[in-house]
Amino acid sequence: MSQHTVKSFDEELSHLANILARMGGLAEAQLASALQALSRRDSELAARVVASDQRIDELEQEVQNFTVRMLALRQPVAADLRHIVAALKISSEIERIGDYAANVAKRALVLNQLPAVKPLSAVLHMATLVQEILKEVLDATVEQDLDKAIRVWNRDEEVDDMYTGLFRELLTYMMEDPRTITACSHLMFMAKNIERIGDHATNIAEVLHFVVNGTALKGARPKGGGGGLDIEGGH
Amino acid sequence: MTDIPAVRLKRRHAAERRFRVIGLVAIVMALGVLAVLLTTVIVKSSSAFVGAQIALDVTFDADAIDPADLGAADWQGLAKKAAEARFGVGDDRRLVRSAGAMLSSGAAEDLRKLVQSDPSVIGGTRRVWVTASVDVDQTMKGHVPADPDADGARLNAAQMEWLTALRASGDAALHFNRRLFTSGDSREPELAGLWGAVVGSLYSLTITLAISFPIGVAAAIYLEEFAPRNKFTHVIEVNINNLAAVPSIVFGLLGLEIFLNVFGLPRSAPLVGGLVLALICLPTIIIAGRAALKAVPPSIRQAAQGLGASKLQTVTHHVLPLAMPGVLTGTILGMAHALGESAPLLMIGMVAFIVDIPRTPLDPAAVLPVQVFLWADSPERAFVEKTSAAIIVLLVFLALMNLAAILLRKKFERRW
Amino acid sequence: MTDTEHHVSKAKVSARDVNVHYGEKHALKHVDLEIREGEVTALIGPSGCGKSTFLRCINRMNDLVDTARVSGELVLDGQDIYHPSVDVVQLRARVGMVFQKPNPFPKSIYDNVAYGPRIHGLANDKTELDEIVRSSLEKAGLLGEVEDRLQEAGTGLSGGQQQRLCIARAIAVAPEVILMDEPCSALDPIATAKVEELIDELRENFTIVIVTHSMQQAARVSQRTAFFHLGELIEVGDTERIFTNPRHPLTQGYITGRFG
Repeated sequence: MSQHTVKSFDEELSHLANILARMGGLAEAQLASALQALSRRDSELAARVVASDQRIDELEQEVQNFTVRMLALRQPVAADLRHIVAALKISSEIERIGDYAANVAKRALVLNQLPAVKPLSAVLHMATLVQEILKEVLDATVEQDLDKAIRVWNRDEEVDDMYTGLFRELLTYMMEDPRTITACSHLMFMAKNIERIGDHATNIAEVLHFVVNGTALKGARPKGGGGGLDIEGGH
Repeated sequence: MTDIPAVRLKRRHAAERRFRVIGLVAIVMALGVLAVLLTTVIVKSSSAFVGAQIALDVTFDADAIDPADLGAADWQGLAKKAAEARFGVGDDRRLVRSAGAMLSSGAAEDLRKLVQSDPSVIGGTRRVWVTASVDVDQTMKGHVPADPDADGARLNAAQMEWLTALRASGDAALHFNRRLFTSGDSREPELAGLWGAVVGSLYSLTITLAISFPIGVAAAIYLEEFAPRNKFTHVIEVNINNLAAVPSIVFGLLGLEIFLNVFGLPRSAPLVGGLVLALICLPTIIIAGRAALKAVPPSIRQAAQGLGASKLQTVTHHVLPLAMPGVLTGTILGMAHALGESAPLLMIGMVAFIVDIPRTPLDPAAVLPVQVFLWADSPERAFVEKTSAAIIVLLVFLALMNLAAILLRKKFERRW
Repeated sequence: MTDTEHHVSKAKVSARDVNVHYGEKHALKHVDLEIREGEVTALIGPSGCGKSTFLRCINRMNDLVDTARVSGELVLDGQDIYHPSVDVVQLRARVGMVFQKPNPFPKSIYDNVAYGPRIHGLANDKTELDEIVRSSLEKAGLLGEVEDRLQEAGTGLSGGQQQRLCIARAIAVAPEVILMDEPCSALDPIATAKVEELIDELRENFTIVIVTHSMQQAARVSQRTAFFHLGELIEVGDTERIFTNPRHPLTQGYITGRFG
């Protein structure tokens, strides 16, 4: 889209996009570090992840302040309005993602005290998929690439399926060997956290769809956030 | 700040100061010239507002006056007799003639009027102030030398002696000159008055106003509000503007040709004068009217038309009332112009010597500026002061009209 | 351009292929637009885009311009506005107008409001006229402020009061449609807010078309928005959609301030 007649408006919009990109990068890095801390049983790294979550929270606060200021001063409409509102929403999604990454790191700290359990690799496998999704949706946000966003949105189903599988696997594992229940419970919460990160990534894709098209993404969302639990809950 | 802008700034201020000084000088010069003009006229005219009168003991002989026919009596004879008796001239025919020459021919009128208002004086003797001759008048005012032997003296030795005696006894004095405002023109300066010219001017201006105001305003409204903007109306506009610049004497020629020769209207009549002056006024009224209409904000027109008022309603209800102060100012300026106009009236014969006060606009009459012209042209010394007096009266008229313009303007403006 | 968004109320005014020429200039090009009854329709667009021209077509104010030529069909309640049998005075009684600059007549407040009813003969006697004046001022939300000085000059009011007086004057002739040409452009924000509030109230009884340069105002007061550009109607739709998700890039560019 062409430039605004008022140039400083453009500068503000790009400043906003910059903060978001930084937040996204930070969240990605946090998740990667948390997973690394988990796989390498590196408590020090895990502690750093927990500590750095504050940085993302700060950025989210900055986005919030900045968007409120722009709404008040620029009174944006149409695409600009959607951009700014979306920035607000995306920043809170990323903040949640950061929280989940920190949660994973916290549990990694606990898990590192316990003996290693086998299903860890399956969790890490799911985490890799979520990492990809997250990276892709953040790229899509920066590039305003709707196709990419829709692809991400569709891939969430894979994560959900994987989570359902993982849930069963962990249950089975715990029933077989009650000594692993503590570790496996932590793993299950981690898996849930990682699955939630995937959900927030799809939320970002939906926001992106609203930014670009001005409408909500229609159709049944391939989501099964609590899918695994629902199935089990039925029993 | 560098030096260059400072220098420039200084120059700019200097230029502004220079301009202000030049403007001030121009205004002071204009005011000075006006002051000189007014002082001259006022000083010269002041003596015209008074006239010399002599108090005589007149015997109203019952045999000489027929109360049923006052006009038949020899009033001048009565006055002369009284003068002869006063000066004690006896039978010396030269002295008798001199005594008679002390009185104006207006003395007869003075006596007649007295008897008319008070018939009881018939048969008795009464001290009466009668109008003195112009020679006595001028000598008393000091416009001619008092020394009978001096060059330009108007009174002979005997007359001078009598006058000195009269003044000593308080029987000769300068009194307010009522004739100036009540009589028509006359060959005798002491009897000549402006009333005929004032009435002639009033008739002319009434006709001018009655014709040029409605036509001018209607034309202005049509051109400004209704006429389509095309070549034809453009040509009309240009011509109206040009008409305002046409020398007025040309309008006089037009009046002579059309009103006198084609329509056969009477010469010297205020009717024709009014018509010609109306022609002169028209462009002024139209131009001023259009300017006033143009100054009415278009938003008022839109407001009225947006409510469904027709074009005519819009104009009569809103635009014209708002433009009225401007239209009236223009009209009165035009009228003032017409009042001071003399050249075109010369063309239609309003320059004639007319003694009678006009009774209708069809009677021959003079107008004020023409009267000024006529008197200025007279050889008698006594008419000089009369001319100035006529100018003063003319100026007072103009001032009154401008005052009327201002008052009308105020009145109409206050309504909004 | 048709709009298939929610609720469709009856069309009060509909324009079909309306063209306006000012001499050689083609000021309005093939405009098709429906003004719905009981709604506020905002006309927006850059200066010289034809929005005011379109507005002035609806009560034939363009007739006053010598060089203006209108073609196409403009229908008010099924009646062609430009049909020779239509009396423009009658039309303007049905379609009132409020202008950019408050333009009360330099008369009393009472006479301002009474002028329309007087020339249209809407009141039989003084009592009826008084009633019309009072109710019009009431509807315009001005009665309380001027009740005790109806005989004072309308020009002595504040700008916002003057504009509401002009609105009262317009509604005194009981029009069906009220056209407003940038009614708040000369007013301060408080006065603007009062006029906007008034517009919202008037929507119950009148169909309103408003030309405005203020995007926020269009967004605040209107239900439908039409965007004009270079004499063409670019886009029309529900105000909410136009201001969140305009379809045409020109609309988008204009309302977000990217025009160029």
